[in-house]
Amino acid sequence: MRKPYTDRKYIIIGFVIAVGIIFILKLFHIQIIDKSYKLSADNNVLRYMTQYPARGLIYDRNGKLMVYNEAAYDLMVVPRLVKNIDTVEFCNIIGIDRETFISNISRAKKYSFFKPSVFEAQISRETYGFLEEKLFKYPGFFVQIRTLRKYTEPIAAHILGYIGEVSNRVIESNPYYKMGDYIGISGIEKTYEEILRGKKGVKIMMVDVHNREVGNYMEGKFDTLSEMGSDIYLTIDAELQAYGEYLMKNKRGSIVAIEPATGEILALVSSPTYDPGLMVGRTRTKNYFLMSKDSLKPLFNRALMATYPPGSTFKMANALVALKYETLTPQSRYGCSGKQSQPIRCTHSHETPLALRGAIEHSCNSYFWATFRDLIGSSKFKNTAEAFQQWTETMHSFGLGKPVGGDLFGEQSGKIPQSGEYNRIYGVNRWRALTIRSLSIGQGEILLTPVQLANMATIYANRGSYYPPHLLRSVTQRSDSIALPEFKKKYTSVNQNHFHDIVDGMHQVFSGSHGTARWYRIDTIPMCGKTGTSENPHGKDHSLFIAFAPMDNPKIAIAVVVENSGFGATWAVPIATLMMEKYFNGEIVRKHIEERMVNAILY
Amino acid sequence: MRFFIDMRERDSLFAGIDKITVLIYLALVLIGWISIYAAVYQEDHSSIFDISQNYGKQLIWIAIALFLAVIVVLVDIRFFPAFSYLIYIVVILLLIAVLFKGTVVAGSKSWFQIGGFALQPAELAKYATCLALARALSNDFFDMRTIKGKAIAFAIIGLPAILVLLQNDTGSALVFSSYLIAFYREGLSGYLFIAGFAVILLSVLTLLLGPALMIISVAVIAVVSILFIKRNRTNIVKVISIFLVAAAFIFTVEYSFENILQAHQKSRINVLLGKEIDLKGAGYNLNQSKIAIGSGGLKGKGFLQGTQTKYSFVPEQSTDFIFCTIGEEWGFIGSVIVIALYIILIIRLINMAERQRSDFARIYGYGVASVVTFHFIINIGMTIGLVPVIGIPLPFISYGGSSLMAFTLLLFTFVKQDAHRLDLL
Repeated sequence: MRKPYTDRKYIIIGFVIAVGIIFILKLFHIQIIDKSYKLSADNNVLRYMTQYPARGLIYDRNGKLMVYNEAAYDLMVVPRLVKNIDTVEFCNIIGIDRETFISNISRAKKYSFFKPSVFEAQISRETYGFLEEKLFKYPGFFVQIRTLRKYTEPIAAHILGYIGEVSNRVIESNPYYKMGDYIGISGIEKTYEEILRGKKGVKIMMVDVHNREVGNYMEGKFDTLSEMGSDIYLTIDAELQAYGEYLMKNKRGSIVAIEPATGEILALVSSPTYDPGLMVGRTRTKNYFLMSKDSLKPLFNRALMATYPPGSTFKMANALVALKYETLTPQSRYGCSGKQSQPIRCTHSHETPLALRGAIEHSCNSYFWATFRDLIGSSKFKNTAEAFQQWTETMHSFGLGKPVGGDLFGEQSGKIPQSGEYNRIYGVNRWRALTIRSLSIGQGEILLTPVQLANMATIYANRGSYYPPHLLRSVTQRSDSIALPEFKKKYTSVNQNHFHDIVDGMHQVFSGSHGTARWYRIDTIPMCGKTGTSENPHGKDHSLFIAFAPMDNPKIAIAVVVENSGFGATWAVPIATLMMEKYFNGEIVRKHIEERMVNAILY
Repeated sequence: MRFFIDMRERDSLFAGIDKITVLIYLALVLIGWISIYAAVYQEDHSSIFDISQNYGKQLIWIAIALFLAVIVVLVDIRFFPAFSYLIYIVVILLLIAVLFKGTVVAGSKSWFQIGGFALQPAELAKYATCLALARALSNDFFDMRTIKGKAIAFAIIGLPAILVLLQNDTGSALVFSSYLIAFYREGLSGYLFIAGFAVILLSVLTLLLGPALMIISVAVIAVVSILFIKRNRTNIVKVISIFLVAAAFIFTVEYSFENILQAHQKSRINVLLGKEIDLKGAGYNLNQSKIAIGSGGLKGKGFLQGTQTKYSFVPEQSTDFIFCTIGEEWGFIGSVIVIALYIILIIRLINMAERQRSDFARIYGYGVASVVTFHFIINIGMTIGLVPVIGIPLPFISYGGSSLMAFTLLLFTFVKQDAHRLDLL
């Protein structure tokens, strides 16, 4: 047996004993010598007061304040310390009944006997003033100052979102949050919670047996200051947003306006909307309940969550796929027999045959059916399914079929059908272009959200590229180390050259003698657009319009949806042009149009 | 060589069991349970068998652990060397499986969720690694002084360590380095530890003083040494190469600290070095821990009288920071008793290891002593602010089934072999 290193045992044992001695010396120091860790007999309790930071402010793109804070008072309780109090008097002061008192205290006990929790949230300033003098009679209770959200104007509720008490599920998964903390629940408040929330601090107070705070523990050595959250500048133009909401009064639908060069969302209107001030404080739960019961669904953010068949606004996208695979040239002409056209009727009367620009100007159904048929049936592809898969993939490169936004809370995917789906419905090789002809005019299985529609307008404005639409413009960092999202430029898979004829066609929609939006052109602003009238199973057609302006070097791209109101040209076009007029000129000259829009009730 | 065969009749299966070790084990487990009870104590939870509470669950774990201990004692001792590699392989496979099928708890993907209980294979890996090391190092042809010997030894601890690191459980991965103590006993050069100490010293000073100042200081030391030593070619080359290695290392430290460590690891180290006063994050836990222990004073506040451990926001009151509760409620006296128990246990284990006749049993015994030592130093060191906050449990005391079972297996496998030490030639 070899045991050549037996004596090393002593080195190891010596090491362990040395560590033990160091530990004991250190313990001797903190437990016996250093008196600062002890509490004197009177100060038998430490109270850990969370210092809640003020939440970051929210501004619009021009630095106009939209959201700020206001002080509120939470009555806190530490159940273990509640002893011998006059419950009746106490209930009278804060205006609750006995049952509420019992249920509040048992909820607090359930959370912890030792840690403070909210007994009654947001008591009024008057109650606070009155209670403060009597607090010595109620050991275990104290008041903590919180902040509530306030809004400068009752606009942009869906964008801003709201905050509320953090749920147990979040508390369990994220150690930052404690019971009673506020957290962003929707909108910007949720998406940028970490930027807005700031950093909590803690103040450790010594409390005597009479529930009096007798000073800072260890001169505040262990206290930390709270740090206010960082301020956010949104891409939203508050004035344009307010105007959009004004125009959409008494209508169901959305307006989304984007700055094409950056992807910054200038306005994101969902109507009907609500006053964001309703979702603050003690009345939030009640208001939320009421609004969730409303049949007009004011809480539903249509701009990001509603999906619509795009109708004729989709025709340019179809033409671009055909141009990409060279089954169509800008000069190709197709005939139209108006209402007698097969297999899809054309509802517009116009000269025939038309080339691409004219077809966009007149929104000729026959033309776009023919281009779709020639694409899907082209011998360039192995079969229909493969041709269609190319179509699908090109549509995906337009940001369709999945959320397109960079930081949009709750955005839906919409829908772009795939070959596999039709294979399941009709059987492999059992379907052709004719089977899915509705797609050629933007009906059928295609569904887009308003923000995707606006992004399509952006893509035409930029001739083939876009930045993911987003709401965050900049942040004034109060504390560093918060990573901001980056929004990277994206290109569609269609060559940029193909976009020029599309844009020319969209310009003719306003400027052409038969253009579907010609009644609403503004001579000083060269606009491009495309109307859409979207058939849907919910009733009257949706009125749709996408547009951008000016034609060269565009500053705004916009999509408007007015649900169940009829032709695109009747409602969506005037609303979109009013928005552009407002954005470019700051005031409206066409008062008669404005008046007609505002007064229309289209529920 | 003594040719002696122990012919004593074994009057009982438990004959030869080392009583001191078992008593210390039982004492620590009991102290653990009492502390867990105190740490999560709430006035309205009355039953100690309430299995929704940690103390209730721990009671079940203790029962299972004692049952395991008895099973281990009943097993034929030839089982351990024979199956050591197999156990090692199975546990390695579990460690791989948990990377894919595991549940994420507190940022580490290291748990299998089975019903209401969770199993952490990393804990079992300590046991399996100890067995595999004992088997490999006791091979007649094994020699720690050769490159091959070192390669085998380090591979056996390296593999589970890397897998545990991949689970994002840095603390448990570091535990595998504890076997270096056993390696040292088996012939690993002491210079390695001196080098290790130099590495730690250089790292700490670099982080405190910055790379520029450090390079200058090391250069000055190098120049001074050249002035004082015998200036021949070899010595000068040696000094210069050591200087170059140290300089390269200083830059590596700076680079890895800034680029490789994660933010929370960086802040833990900064807090320990006193560079950062992060009273909410890493520093907060540490301060709460020190307030709790410090407020215990000489005699402590008494059982269930501690308030700090309950008020504090330290998330692992009954696991990693359990020593706070001991310090607060039982004071300096209680803390010293616990520390003494560990030291007696470790010394006892080392002495028992030395008295083994089989290399397997000796190496295994040192392995057990190493792991317990490492956990003891890191865990208590962390709660009193001498070591960075590394989340590993206090052996036998901390709440947690996987940990208690692993340490029970580790310990009793050795106790069993020790009981049979005289059976061997």
